[in-house]
Amino acid sequence: MLVLAGIVVIAAGFMLRFNPLLVVIASALVTGLAAGLDPVTVIAAFGKAFNDSRYITIIYIVLPVIGILERHGLQTRARDLIGRVRGATMGRLLLVYLGFRQISAALGLTSIAGPAQTVRPLIAPMAEAAADTQSEGEGDPDQAKALAAATDNVGLFFGEDIFIAIGSILLMKGVLESDGIDLAPLDLSVWAIPTAIAAFVIHGTRLLFADRRLKRRPRKP
Amino acid sequence: MIGLGFLYLVAGVTFASFSLLSVTQVPRRPGNALFYALIAVSFLLGDRLGDFGNGVLVLAIVAVATLGRMGFRDRTQQPVEPRGPMLFVPALVIPVTALAGTFAFAEVPGFVDPKQVTLVSLTLGVILSLLICFAWLRPAPAEPFRQGTRLMDHIGWAAILPQMLASLGAVFALAGMGDIVGTLIGHIIPSGSILGAVVVYCLGMALFTVIMGNAFAAFPVMLTAIGLPLLIHTYGGAPARVAAIGMLAGFCGTLVTPMAANFNLVPAALLELRDRYGVIRAQVPTAIPLLLFNIALLYLVM
Repeated sequence: MLVLAGIVVIAAGFMLRFNPLLVVIASALVTGLAAGLDPVTVIAAFGKAFNDSRYITIIYIVLPVIGILERHGLQTRARDLIGRVRGATMGRLLLVYLGFRQISAALGLTSIAGPAQTVRPLIAPMAEAAADTQSEGEGDPDQAKALAAATDNVGLFFGEDIFIAIGSILLMKGVLESDGIDLAPLDLSVWAIPTAIAAFVIHGTRLLFADRRLKRRPRKP
Repeated sequence: MIGLGFLYLVAGVTFASFSLLSVTQVPRRPGNALFYALIAVSFLLGDRLGDFGNGVLVLAIVAVATLGRMGFRDRTQQPVEPRGPMLFVPALVIPVTALAGTFAFAEVPGFVDPKQVTLVSLTLGVILSLLICFAWLRPAPAEPFRQGTRLMDHIGWAAILPQMLASLGAVFALAGMGDIVGTLIGHIIPSGSILGAVVVYCLGMALFTVIMGNAFAAFPVMLTAIGLPLLIHTYGGAPARVAAIGMLAGFCGTLVTPMAANFNLVPAALLELRDRYGVIRAQVPTAIPLLLFNIALLYLVM
């Protein structure tokens, strides 16, 4: 029961806006000590897990390329491009991106797009430029950028589970297997399809509604 | 065989360059330099430090991030010699190489570690794209890394948060957190109600994912606490449907939690949003109806 104190530390730390890194390490120590582990064991366990999960932090190797391209005007080009496509709106652009992200993730291609690879250099500036045109410069640029990042996440989460060899499918197979239930990955992945469609409909509807809001705004006094 | 070793070498060298440029550029940022240097050490030497050594390294990283007064530079800079639409080519080389490599290396086994094939292909794409940039734009040799450092400074300590949270998950597992939460949640199910069990299972997946920042950590707990004993063994639910839809209910939780830092906080930093939780705010109106959909779907098809 005492180990729940670790969750309290996390929740309180985030709410009180301490540095999250500090909150995480504090929670790890509290949880470990509450479970009767000595501090050295907890630090070693944390260190091992940290070393084993370094692949998470690899993605920043794309920043030098993105940085030099931005220096030569990549974001401006992305804005120009969307300005030249007739009928392009923020909502339609993001709707197309949502579909692309879901389908590519469903084929197992989760790393070809993402916040650093596609959203910051291409999708966010395009969404921002389209929203700017629609609202005649009255919109909040952060809103378009946030919606672009959100669309990337929704597309990834509700596409990747359709792919049979993704981590979550293998995890489900493993956990069920330990209870003696043997399933093929395909049995699991077909049941990701209804929710994938629902995610496209729900998020897509929101994107198109966001377009309508953008158009209405300038007419307000 | 090309695998994680190669990836960590590339990442280590990249962070070492960020570190070096943080002290050689004016204004000097010794806090940032130390932070990037420690990450470079983790990538390059992590396997030789031992578990406790890595733990001490983590404590040092946290200390620098908390006390080191990290900062970033002005972002207002005019593009130098703006280029035409061909600028998209090096940007698209990265995903296209990742895509092509994933398929190509599957055809020629033994060359690339099959488990890391997409990450290796992505890294090769980055290197190829960087070479194209050097050949075409002819920047000073350090210029791409200088620009990379500028972007990295905006992300700051948030860069390492996802890896920290993954490690916290390991400590939670070691302490038996999952079983305790699972037992607690198991107690609140109204007996005999299939709908009640489905609701608690899906909400529990989402809530526990919010706490852990990761549906992978929540899944074994909720499946063992409710999914297997109640939904599958008592009410005869189809295991594949219970598992798959439960996991997706967990993903709805991922959309709304700052604990899923790599999806929710890092993009906000990378896009330089004023609101740290801006991405989460943009996701809540999708996450809630989708969670309700998953509950209804599981109840209907189970």
